[in-house]
Amino acid sequence: MSTGFHIVVLGSLVPDLLQTLEPVQGPTGPALKNELMLPAVLDPWAAHALFEAAHLAAATPGSKVWLVSLGPKAKLQQLMMSIAQKVPFELVAVDGSASGFTDPVEVAEALADAIEKIPSLDRSRLLLFGGCASASRDAGVTVQLVGERLSIVDQFLAADELTVSAAGILTILERVEGGRYLVSEVSGPPCAIAWATGNLPEPPNNPQIGMMNMRTIMPALQKAPAIQFGSQGSVFQSVELPKQERRTRIVKDIPIDEMAREIADWIKG
Amino acid sequence: METDIVCVGFGPAVGGFLTTLSRALVDADGTTVLESRVMPGMPLQVLCYERADDISFGVSGVVTKARSIRASFSAEQLAEIPMATPVTHEEVLYLQDPIGASRRSLGVQALDAVVGALKNALPWSDHAVQLPWIPPFLQKHDGLVFSIGQLNQWVGSQLMGTGLVQVWPGMPVSEPLFDGDAVIGVRLVDQGVDRNGAPSGAYMPGMDVHASLTVVGDGPVGPVGQQLNQRFGLPAGHHQQEWAIGMKAVVELAPDCGLKTGAVLHTFGYPEPEIFGFLYVHPDRMASVGIFIPSWFDNPARTAYRYLQHWMTHPRLWKHLKGSTMRSWGAKTLQESGRRGEPVLVGDGFARIGEGSGSTNVLTGSGVDEAWATGVQLAEAVIELATAGKPFTKTNLDATYVVRRRASWVEQEAKIAERSRDGFNEGFLRGLIGMGITGMTRGRVNVRGRVRRAHDRIPSVEMYFRDRIPLEEIREIRRQYQAAGVPLHDALMDRSGWPQIEFDGALLVSHQDALLMGGKVQAAAGFADHVMFLDTATCAGCREQVCIDGCSGQAIMPGPNSIPQFDREKCIHCGVCLWNCSKPHVTDPERSNVGFVAGSGGLHSPIN
Repeated sequence: MSTGFHIVVLGSLVPDLLQTLEPVQGPTGPALKNELMLPAVLDPWAAHALFEAAHLAAATPGSKVWLVSLGPKAKLQQLMMSIAQKVPFELVAVDGSASGFTDPVEVAEALADAIEKIPSLDRSRLLLFGGCASASRDAGVTVQLVGERLSIVDQFLAADELTVSAAGILTILERVEGGRYLVSEVSGPPCAIAWATGNLPEPPNNPQIGMMNMRTIMPALQKAPAIQFGSQGSVFQSVELPKQERRTRIVKDIPIDEMAREIADWIKG
Repeated sequence: METDIVCVGFGPAVGGFLTTLSRALVDADGTTVLESRVMPGMPLQVLCYERADDISFGVSGVVTKARSIRASFSAEQLAEIPMATPVTHEEVLYLQDPIGASRRSLGVQALDAVVGALKNALPWSDHAVQLPWIPPFLQKHDGLVFSIGQLNQWVGSQLMGTGLVQVWPGMPVSEPLFDGDAVIGVRLVDQGVDRNGAPSGAYMPGMDVHASLTVVGDGPVGPVGQQLNQRFGLPAGHHQQEWAIGMKAVVELAPDCGLKTGAVLHTFGYPEPEIFGFLYVHPDRMASVGIFIPSWFDNPARTAYRYLQHWMTHPRLWKHLKGSTMRSWGAKTLQESGRRGEPVLVGDGFARIGEGSGSTNVLTGSGVDEAWATGVQLAEAVIELATAGKPFTKTNLDATYVVRRRASWVEQEAKIAERSRDGFNEGFLRGLIGMGITGMTRGRVNVRGRVRRAHDRIPSVEMYFRDRIPLEEIREIRRQYQAAGVPLHDALMDRSGWPQIEFDGALLVSHQDALLMGGKVQAAAGFADHVMFLDTATCAGCREQVCIDGCSGQAIMPGPNSIPQFDREKCIHCGVCLWNCSKPHVTDPERSNVGFVAGSGGLHSPIN
């Protein structure tokens, strides 16, 4: 693989996972109360994908990573301040709702359009990365739909590991039912990989990477095209949160078996 | 890494600095006006590093006249800031004790008796009397109510949108870099280390960022400010021994709450006379509610959280708050020595702005606008020096920044306020009267009081509770709670007559639930502990252990061998452990036995 991969990572923001969310009916459909004020993080599954992409690119000379993000421009800007220090990437921004109350087909279309417009992207070297699911209440089908739109037929939708042989063959460890893995080999790109967890920890913040990324981030945000959803007629009839019950008990260093037993007892009880 | 200007901390002061400076870096067509030394042809390269994981970190109930902030933005721009609203109504309430658990001196009891006798003639209801007149120095009319988190977030977004400055959250600064006595930049914290700072995993040593000017705006417990204080000392006659812990929640008021947007309520007198409270109403039925516990409140079992709940459930406030839901929660300490806490403001290569520079006005209880103003003043100085091609030396910064600051309203009003609170050190009523006299005479007459260091004033638990709980019983409480590994404060308050809080699961929740419901606890992996107990033998012999009972997040708990243990996952970086440790540092009596250094994390809610 002398020319390296062109890795496009699909990933956007979600409300911080510890926030209390409250659905409300807005003028254009369901939304989260005070959504623009909620602290946002990079969707955890997309974060795995981004870190894996950066790791692969660093190990494969000539590779490049793009992060294609669809979200409200102002919130994307905030998000970039947090993640731009992590790994090198070039941002491609699309200004639109990241609420999750959107039709994945429309989202996929917007993302695929944005990818097709990346001027220096070599589709023959393309690895499309994303999360196998999202914390933004989507159906976990976006990578698949974008892949189809880009005519990528080799798709792996719950990957935990990707290795590349010296000959450029991609080996993907993919989760299947029953707690087992399916091991697949692909002769090379293009292919789409939706990550389940990956193996890499969150990289430390590197100020030099941040400064380098920021050179492309602000221009990308400034020229982000605005997307309006709902044109294909999707209507959300109702939205509600799953019922939850909160019982807090702070315990340190409890053995994992005891923790499991306690949870099992609680469920049974 | 080389840059021109590096800022430490992103709060109102650095917000004011960057807002003003960024507008001068290039002209209307984008041509460089103030040229970079490290990137010739480009504008000055300006970086800002913030510890918290987002730029909307902050804890404050902000009601401000916003003189300086208004000078930086148009009314239309200010209207864009979420949760900001003009002040529409003001009340100052003296809260009486409906329970009988409060410690009220004879003077306060006499005041209560007078209020009781005259209550039919006074605007009294629900165990509180509304002051018929608000002294001018406390008035906030024509001001604005803000969420500090939303203000910071909005300002940060405007700044990043210019593309001219870079603000990086999640990146704590460890220390200033020196060349002799000149500051030549900062060192960022090590990453990929264990809790003791030893390399582990993806170790990345803290990067050195060299800059011609280091702008220190890291607040009252910031590590860079602390280290500058230790190196240069404070100016003669200055001290930083007065502080307060502020704890607040942002709540969503019940639909039938009668409070109007922009209402501002200030309280004093309850749950203890020394504890001040505030309730500010934002748009959309959101409100900031909280208390301040000052350094002169001597209870060693000073649990702000329990006191906050007792304050909220006072009948006069509960009638507004009943049915509310907690949306966020947080705490921070405030440097309340004001102008007398001012450190060395400038030196070769550095300048200090904001609360850590002593800008808070302790008479008017105003700090955000003053901090912003100091940032603007420094930016104007930097523009002047950069335009003239002069270096950022102590002499030049004195002649530009310090001169501006001394000539400003911030300084004039800080001088008036300088001794306004001294009386509180001798008693609540004396302090209250002193504050009034200072305010009404514009600082010409002040009531005296002796400011003492925490280790000189905080009594033992046995001493403080001697009139309420027999010594033997305190010993038994100590024994039981030490064995259980939990703080003493709840037992001591229960035994002192404070009723237990009946949780409603929405506003009145356990301390740990407030931690979980009130934001997100950030304790990114790979960083070292930032709170340390410097001389553990001292800790082992400490009878007060205020660090445990006062900890805002229950992050410091009893540990083996009577040495407190720190849990970084719960720390909200309020810094109260640093201020209220009742034992002096082994070699420096101006410091305490708690070390509070650079670290990642802190409870973060963007609406605090």
